[in-house]
Amino acid sequence: MSDVNDTEVQETPVVVKTTLSITVDGRAHEAEPGQLLIDACEDAGSYVPRFCYHPRMEPVGMCRQCLVEVEGPRGPMMVVSCMTPVAEGQVARTETPSVKRAQEGVLELLLANHPLDCPVCDKGGECPLQDQAFSHGPGESRFVEEKRHYEKPIPISDLVFLDRERCILCDRCTRFADEVAGDPLISFTQRGNNTQVNTFPDEPFASYFSGNTVQICPVGALTAKPYRFKARPWDLEQRESTCTTCSVGCRTVIQSSRDELLRYQGSDSDAVNWGWLCDKGRFNFENVNSEDRLEQPLMRDGSNLVPSTWSQASAAVAEALKTGTTAILGGARGTNEDAFAWARLADALGIQMRDPQLSDGLPTEVFGLPSASIEEAANATTIIVIAPDLKEELPVLYLRLRDAAEKRRSRILEFTAVSTGLTKYSWKSVPTEPGLQASTVRNTLGEATVREQLGKGNVVVVVGRASLAESADHTVAALSAVLAEVPGAKVLPVVRRGNVRGAVAAGLGSNTNATEILTAAAAGKLDTLVLLGADPIADFPDTDLARRAISAVRNVISLDTFLTESTARASVVLPASAYGEKEGTTTNLEGRVTSVAQKVTARGTSRADWMVAVDIARRLNVDLGFDSVESIQRAMIATTVFAPMADGGANTREGVLIDQPAMSLPTVSATAGTHSSYDLRLVVSRRMYDQGASTAHSPSLVGLAQRNVLRVNSADLARIGVASGTSVRATSSKASVSVTVEADDSVGRGVAHLTFNAPGINAGDLIDVNASVNDIKVETL
Amino acid sequence: MSRFNDSNVTLAKEIIGRFPRPKSAVIPLLHLAQEQDGYVTRDAMSHIAELVNVTTAEVYGTATFYEMFKFEPIGKYCVNVCTNIACQLVGGWELLEHAEEKLGIKAGSTTEDGLFTIEDVECIAACTEAPAIQVNYRYRYKVTAENLDQLIDDLRAGRLADEIPPHGTLARVRQRTTDTWANTGIEAQAKVDAR
Ligand code: SF4
Ligand code: SF4
Ligand code: FES
Ligand code: FES
Repeated sequence: MSDVNDTEVQETPVVVKTTLSITVDGRAHEAEPGQLLIDACEDAGSYVPRFCYHPRMEPVGMCRQCLVEVEGPRGPMMVVSCMTPVAEGQVARTETPSVKRAQEGVLELLLANHPLDCPVCDKGGECPLQDQAFSHGPGESRFVEEKRHYEKPIPISDLVFLDRERCILCDRCTRFADEVAGDPLISFTQRGNNTQVNTFPDEPFASYFSGNTVQICPVGALTAKPYRFKARPWDLEQRESTCTTCSVGCRTVIQSSRDELLRYQGSDSDAVNWGWLCDKGRFNFENVNSEDRLEQPLMRDGSNLVPSTWSQASAAVAEALKTGTTAILGGARGTNEDAFAWARLADALGIQMRDPQLSDGLPTEVFGLPSASIEEAANATTIIVIAPDLKEELPVLYLRLRDAAEKRRSRILEFTAVSTGLTKYSWKSVPTEPGLQASTVRNTLGEATVREQLGKGNVVVVVGRASLAESADHTVAALSAVLAEVPGAKVLPVVRRGNVRGAVAAGLGSNTNATEILTAAAAGKLDTLVLLGADPIADFPDTDLARRAISAVRNVISLDTFLTESTARASVVLPASAYGEKEGTTTNLEGRVTSVAQKVTARGTSRADWMVAVDIARRLNVDLGFDSVESIQRAMIATTVFAPMADGGANTREGVLIDQPAMSLPTVSATAGTHSSYDLRLVVSRRMYDQGASTAHSPSLVGLAQRNVLRVNSADLARIGVASGTSVRATSSKASVSVTVEADDSVGRGVAHLTFNAPGINAGDLIDVNASVNDIKVETL
Repeated sequence: MSRFNDSNVTLAKEIIGRFPRPKSAVIPLLHLAQEQDGYVTRDAMSHIAELVNVTTAEVYGTATFYEMFKFEPIGKYCVNVCTNIACQLVGGWELLEHAEEKLGIKAGSTTEDGLFTIEDVECIAACTEAPAIQVNYRYRYKVTAENLDQLIDDLRAGRLADEIPPHGTLARVRQRTTDTWANTGIEAQAKVDAR
């Protein structure tokens, strides 16, 4: 035998192993490359205690609670499992006596300075420190010295309180503020035994995402005002649901005790919110509990609305819908089932005019373009943003896109007239002026560096209505310009209200938009206007048209949770049940259908919108073919769009994407002349906290809405000769108002910015919805 | 409460220019602020945050980590008396008491005329010369009660003004790099700027 055997060539199939083989507590396990040992151990069935590690944030190895033993060349070695990546052949032990001693030691030290006021601590019962002290702690303390003392909770913002005695310095809240929210307004201060989390003196932790720090704090150091001392965790009942405050559709857990909503927590959906919520979505459950909720039907008696009964009110509604010309506005705040029932009722009654948006969104054709999911957008090589300030209007989408830019997965190319939350994370933020977006887009996409960037990989366009003071045509034209240049681009349409896509898919959209409906109404051509949770006077861009329309319609029928300026003029007002009080599904901006859960009994005699539709149909002898959420869902599944719901996917955490028929964008002629040098072009957009019902009726949020000011670039202000902070007269083609002006260089030259539906002057008074753009003249008083 | 004055804004910008990232200049700028006002004012911290484009909380977090940055007005002369073991054995405590009596204040406080603050400090790394004290971080070794009295009288009379600048001034000779270097990355040209 020769010692070289070259005759036997072994045919080994080329298997590329994509996992790493490790051993955890004697069990073989395949781990993902790049995974941290703490996660791999958990996957393998051995939970490692931890405080600072959070899977959605960078590990920092701050608390040392996650020590485990790893076999090394010189025997077992203690490692911090949240900072140790898995490696081929790694052997880890999580329960040896020395690991136990180490974990006990860390816990004893953490507890040395901990006040142990569990009986009066909101976290008690769901506290990782309490739980892990029990499961992994030494059982007894040897610490007899005086503990650290601090003033008990100090407010670090309008919503969040900090009890520094309870803090274990895990760096979760501070990391979240910096890494995830991009608002590093809290920081570790002092050092050694005096180290404490704090804000700069008198500069609060005013972040739109502050509530997340309360949720991820592993102890009771951070508490949120709306929930403080409201319940004990073991008294809470919970169900998974979806936030419908905006169209991101974050997954939530809604919790109640004694039939009252008490808290919303973020639930971690890979596809959507990664566990985060914005503060508005987290805390506006308070509005559901508000004293001001409508509890019974109201009917007009002369100049008053007087309490009535459902049978009388429904009969009156049925009567009104039987004859004459009717239009339906709204339906984007309810569930898919609500919208579907109303759309079917409208079909049966021949009601043609319907629009779930209030001319503040986009034409529904955008939903039929090749569509991108949030996940695709946040992983695209280039994200083109032609949209309102996402931080203000679709906050958690902002977090996802910010993350994409910060982690250098994506480059953001933004077009905007006023700096947005994303501006500082943009690769390029191109200033544009209302009316000129399409040409700005064309010019920019023609630049060599931009072309090169667009050629590097996939492109997603995030498109929405940036300003309510301009025609939607300009946005459509800008989008068409992008699609002409980058035909492969996918589109993520950002719409505002929670369920616009669902309402459109369910059939609540039509060829007649809200502007046309209200114009017909104002001209006396409408007999009945049904408002499904819509308040045109507050929400339609052109307040004057909305007012004239509402007063010219004979029958305004309003289905709402609160009395609004629009409902106050109605002939019949029906109390609607709110979020958390009804069952169903909702569709987010990607077209993702997820569940909405009922957790508490509906207020008073209020009913879900779909029940009202079914009741009216019965009174009019119309057979809709359904009479429950389940039977509506069966009818929905029979349609092409909602067919993907058939296998129950809507009840999973990630939900299921609807099947939207392809459509192409309408051709628009979007031209706007340049404005005279005396005028400023008006931009009107929304901020997170405004006078909308969900903020206005939530005691913890209502104070956060800021008064309206006219923001103008300092150069323009100097040109007009007005000092910042003074009162000026702003005159549009519609109205003239006096308003405080403020120099703000985040506003582009030639542009003036107002907030929509903010306390103070009403921007809607200045807007002519039929104008291509709106210009204002600014003069000293 | 004051922000940087104009000449310090110029200096601050030059300091920022020395670093690849503006944020790295936070600590030198805190020293500059303390030099200007004797302590670090809130407005100065806000000003630093603006200059290096971070939040005030980030500046505050960094600043408060260091004991030598003061956030309340402090005497023109900060007298640190060491009472750690080596000094204690040869009269550190007595020296501190003596200082308290001489100035009529307790350690941790400032004389009414704003001239002196006494601090009781841990080892200042001068054990071989114990008992040791510092005035604005300038050492005095093997200090006796008489030395201390003399020192305080001298300071009061302004006789040591050349040697011991007011609290906050680290050095009166400022080494600085020219703009040419900061902008081009070419060879450093250290320039001594006597103030
Ligand atoms: S407040 Fe809570 S989250 Fe923040 S560092 Fe302390 S323990 Fe951690
Ligand atoms: S981002 Fe939108 S969906 Fe998410 S929590 Fe906020 S309001 Fe709700
Ligand atoms: S969880 Fe690993 S160190 Fe805190
Ligand atoms: S103990 Fe006083 S200097 Fe070391």
